[in-house]
Amino acid sequence: MKIYVPLDSAAVALGADKVAAAITDEAARRGVTVEVVRNGSRGMVWLEPLVEVVSAEGRLGFGPMAVADVAGLFGDLASHPKAVGLVEELPWMKGQTRLTFARVGVIDPLSLDDYRAHGGLVGLERAVKMAAPEIVAEVTESGLRGRGGAGFPTGIKWKTVSEAVADQKYIVCNADEGDSATFADRMLMEGDPFTLIEGMAIAGLATGATKGYVYIRSEYPVAIRVMEAAVRIAREAGVLGPRFDMEIRVGAGAYVCGEETSLLNSLEGKRGVVRAKPPLPALQGFLGRPTVVNNVISLASVPVIMARGAAYYKDFGLGRSRGTIPLQIAGNVRFGGLYEVAFGLTLGQIVNEIGGGTASGRPVKAVQVGGPLGAWFPVSLFDTPFGYEEFGAKDGLIGHAGLTVADDTIDMLQMARFAMEFCAIESCGKCTPCRIGSIRGVETLDRLARGDTSAIPLITDLCNTMKLGSLCALGGFTPYPVMSALTHFPDDFVRAKEAAE
Amino acid sequence: MLDSHPHSDRIAEILEAHRGLEGPLLPILHAIQEAFGHVPEAAVPQIAKALTMSKAEVHGVISFYHDFRKAPAGRHVLKLCRAEACQTMGADAVAEQIKKALGIDWHETTPDGRVTLEPVFCLGLCACGPSAMVDGRLVGRCDESVLAEVAK
Repeated sequence: MKIYVPLDSAAVALGADKVAAAITDEAARRGVTVEVVRNGSRGMVWLEPLVEVVSAEGRLGFGPMAVADVAGLFGDLASHPKAVGLVEELPWMKGQTRLTFARVGVIDPLSLDDYRAHGGLVGLERAVKMAAPEIVAEVTESGLRGRGGAGFPTGIKWKTVSEAVADQKYIVCNADEGDSATFADRMLMEGDPFTLIEGMAIAGLATGATKGYVYIRSEYPVAIRVMEAAVRIAREAGVLGPRFDMEIRVGAGAYVCGEETSLLNSLEGKRGVVRAKPPLPALQGFLGRPTVVNNVISLASVPVIMARGAAYYKDFGLGRSRGTIPLQIAGNVRFGGLYEVAFGLTLGQIVNEIGGGTASGRPVKAVQVGGPLGAWFPVSLFDTPFGYEEFGAKDGLIGHAGLTVADDTIDMLQMARFAMEFCAIESCGKCTPCRIGSIRGVETLDRLARGDTSAIPLITDLCNTMKLGSLCALGGFTPYPVMSALTHFPDDFVRAKEAAE
Repeated sequence: MLDSHPHSDRIAEILEAHRGLEGPLLPILHAIQEAFGHVPEAAVPQIAKALTMSKAEVHGVISFYHDFRKAPAGRHVLKLCRAEACQTMGADAVAEQIKKALGIDWHETTPDGRVTLEPVFCLGLCACGPSAMVDGRLVGRCDESVLAEVAK
């Protein structure tokens, strides 16, 4: 009997470790031989812990599993109260185009044999036979853009590093996924770490970099453990070696280190303050050397592009947003989780059809797209198609493709205040608009909360200053949640004057 | 030795183990905190000397990052997510109940040294919020019953 129990953080947070232990105990008690494989998550968080039992027809799912449901797995599976049927046949799975996440939840994350059996290393094997400029051209042709949020064409960045002359170049993977509502990097690293390793190795071949780093936030202990184990396994198997090797590094709780230049400073052992650009990290990055800094999903999308060709990947998508995007549907939502699909679904389809509306059953009021620095979208903008330019045209951004759904009990003035407060807590302090503007922003929004509407022009002006004058996206994009809240939900900003006034 | 202190031998071992790394300071600080539960003030000159940095630079790095502690935490560390996705699932109310039950605010430790309460901005459990971390263990759909895990 072979049973899959996710090791994914979300599954573990909902009791997967206890369920796995109970399965082993129950099997021992019954004298049944069971192989328990700890896989990644399929992304259906509402079903976690989702246990899968291998049957002749395919993998049968059971979830959300509790310890009390374990004994039933050894009886008649069809009548198990938590049975959901064949996992691959569930609408959530069938509706997706899983390219980057093809193996996540399917394979044993730390089995290189399993990885190979599911198409792994094909991209790297092809890249090894190509000249560096050919690899760069293939990635450029695919239309892949930075999935961390900035949307910069990955191939162009690689070209700059490839053509730079230096004794040492680096590939740095930004796994400092600090945005609320995002967990794609975490899920990928926990569920299919070799894909990231393969992507980084290909990036190394394309640019002449022989050393790589993955900077993972300390809030992700499972991802750190899995990635460290995967790097050891890849090194022993010769996937990593003199041609390209890598290390896992752990952040220390600073949100701003998700910004690439502050990440580089942190990696060098400095305070994670932002660097002014130019010089570009592609020319003077880690330790002053040419460095590719790419997000986890950007790098993890490269193996499938190399394996199946740029044209295959590019064929998915809309406008200038090519390929697929792992949507992370979160917050107050009925069916939350990760859903990889071609660009182009409308926000309304994502929230209502895939996400099933709110978990509370109340009406959706707003959806924040792109993390704490993303705009809040009202229901009236639900026809916006999911793409970089399409969201930009509505004064928003897709960021790392996280969506926080909120019901009608949310107070948008409080959310605007939180955005400023968060910026004040996490500002690196290098530039004035962010360091001081965020503090003044909190105070100004508190004036509004006390009923002083004369503060509205002030907050608008302050947001403009922060947007135009900040060095990086922390100060520069904090105005997105603030101004979108004010623009789309003006009623929340008009409060009764306090009696004292 | 002038900079000798109760932890100096262990810190010397940690510094030695990290020789040859590019940008070794964060790994060193994590290892020291792992060993002692905090980064002792006395470690600063020792680190500075080993890495040929100034004490001010080392101090600046330690103080920049939320993770590094100057003093040991309580027996349990309870981290509650304060980020947006968890807020939409009622994280603020849960945090208020827990603060009230423990009688402390963020970044404080109960007088009996039992629990340190800290905010965290996202654990990547955004589709099963509110989320928490108790002594490194992850908790989804957290409510005040999480207090049972830090009761002793």
